[in-house]
Amino acid sequence: MEYLIVLYNEVYKILFLLIPILVSVAMIVWFDRRVWGFVQKRKGPNVVGPFGLFQTLADALKYIFKEIIIPASSNKVIFILAPIVTMTLALSAWAVIPLSEKMVIADINVGILYIFAISSLGVYGILMGGWASNSKYPFLGAVRSAAQMVSYEVSIGIIIINVLLCTGSLNLKEIVLAQQNLWFVVPLFPMFVIFFISALAETNRPPFDLPEAEAELVAGYQTEYSGMMYAMFWLGEYANILLMCALGSILFLGGWLSPIDVYPLNLIPGAVWMIIKILILFFMFAIIKAIVPRYRYDQLMRLGWKVFLPFSLIYVVLTASFLIYFDLLPNTGN
Amino acid sequence: MIAHALFFYFFSIIAILSAIMVIVSRNTVHAVFFLILDFISIASLFILIGAEFLGMMMIIVYVGAVAVLFLFVVMLLNVSEQKLSWFRGSRKTKHIPIGLAVGAVILLELIVVVGGWKYRDTFSETKFLNFEKDFTNTHAIGNVMYTEYIHLFQISGLILLLSMIGAIVLTYRKREGVKRQNYFTQVGREREDSIKLVEVESGKGINLDD
Repeated sequence: MEYLIVLYNEVYKILFLLIPILVSVAMIVWFDRRVWGFVQKRKGPNVVGPFGLFQTLADALKYIFKEIIIPASSNKVIFILAPIVTMTLALSAWAVIPLSEKMVIADINVGILYIFAISSLGVYGILMGGWASNSKYPFLGAVRSAAQMVSYEVSIGIIIINVLLCTGSLNLKEIVLAQQNLWFVVPLFPMFVIFFISALAETNRPPFDLPEAEAELVAGYQTEYSGMMYAMFWLGEYANILLMCALGSILFLGGWLSPIDVYPLNLIPGAVWMIIKILILFFMFAIIKAIVPRYRYDQLMRLGWKVFLPFSLIYVVLTASFLIYFDLLPNTGN
Repeated sequence: MIAHALFFYFFSIIAILSAIMVIVSRNTVHAVFFLILDFISIASLFILIGAEFLGMMMIIVYVGAVAVLFLFVVMLLNVSEQKLSWFRGSRKTKHIPIGLAVGAVILLELIVVVGGWKYRDTFSETKFLNFEKDFTNTHAIGNVMYTEYIHLFQISGLILLLSMIGAIVLTYRKREGVKRQNYFTQVGREREDSIKLVEVESGKGINLDD
């Protein structure tokens, strides 16, 4: 009986995180298209609802009623499993994201590793979709995406090591609390830039959207998908983008902390600051989608392995030596 | 406690079943997917006993990197078309006795290890490491790895680096006739190097090749 009550509480908490995330994913798609439109001197979606806010909901309704077509030569089980895997992974990573000091479902010791593990699993949704479609373009898209995501995960991992050196903990809450005096974006600014670019590559956003480069690959790994399954890929992708923005604001922009610890800013609840930071990062994602041309594949690989990886490794050495020389190493746990 | 036991049985049954499916399934890609499922359930078992760092590392390293490469190779080599039938193949399979022998050796080793663990006092003196209770196990592993076992740790890192370099040296070949982009020549190119203004006399033409 006691167990059931615990279970009930958990489910209640999960629903209260999950539903806002799904709604905000819908809103953020609208925001993305709107920014994209304004950059190109268009209006973007502005018909359904006030300012076109309900455009994504209308799209979702359309997707639900469209027929799901499963190619005859596809591997059916894996074909159906792929969008489910993508969406589940994108949402399950949100379990450890602290929106404020109290608002977190699972406050685990290895929070950052958990997010890293889940985002490294994200590649399977794409690989499964691409392979199971049993067709040329999806497969090429999937292979590209796998190589891309594995490469950029390495540099993200090393950037995270930089932050961990300054905090001495893998717990996301403690990472945020360690930034009370100084946000890590100041001392680790180059790492923030590299993290942002790697996050673009990790989530397959332009200019690194090679897995779905429409000029070469139709729609990459999503080519054979239709209806709700396509929408699930799409939702998963945007949930991942939001997750990367949240991770960026936790690691570098002080999470739920207000920019300056003074009287009127203190009163605003932490979650509001967190959401503002996520939105600012997402605005940068959207602007970059609108103004930057797509990379070529060999340039992408060169950037990941020959530029970002050595640079972030050197920065790890720099950070570590700085911390040791000035005796600033955090001593938690000792 | 019951919930704990339930979770343990859930994950271990999945682990064992998927391990069996890895070797039984006909389609090689399916086999790799079952391998991934196996890794994930083993990682969940690690987390269940409180070794969350090991569990996460298991997922990041094995599922996030190693299994992706497996999947890559299997998908690209198109091994799935070879219908491997193990026990009722047309030709006599030679690998079954070898496989059984390897399996027997592994079983023997497991018995030795488990037995050795159980009667360790009689074998040799085992050292246990003591930690304070409020240590997270990331701190505990780090403290041991970078102090007492630093040399072993460094040597294993060196071995991995060596094998990486070895693999690259063995497989790398410079192909002729491939157009490569050299960023330095591209950026360092000047107007004088590439454009020349030539006065052409009317009616005589000009030979451009020199």
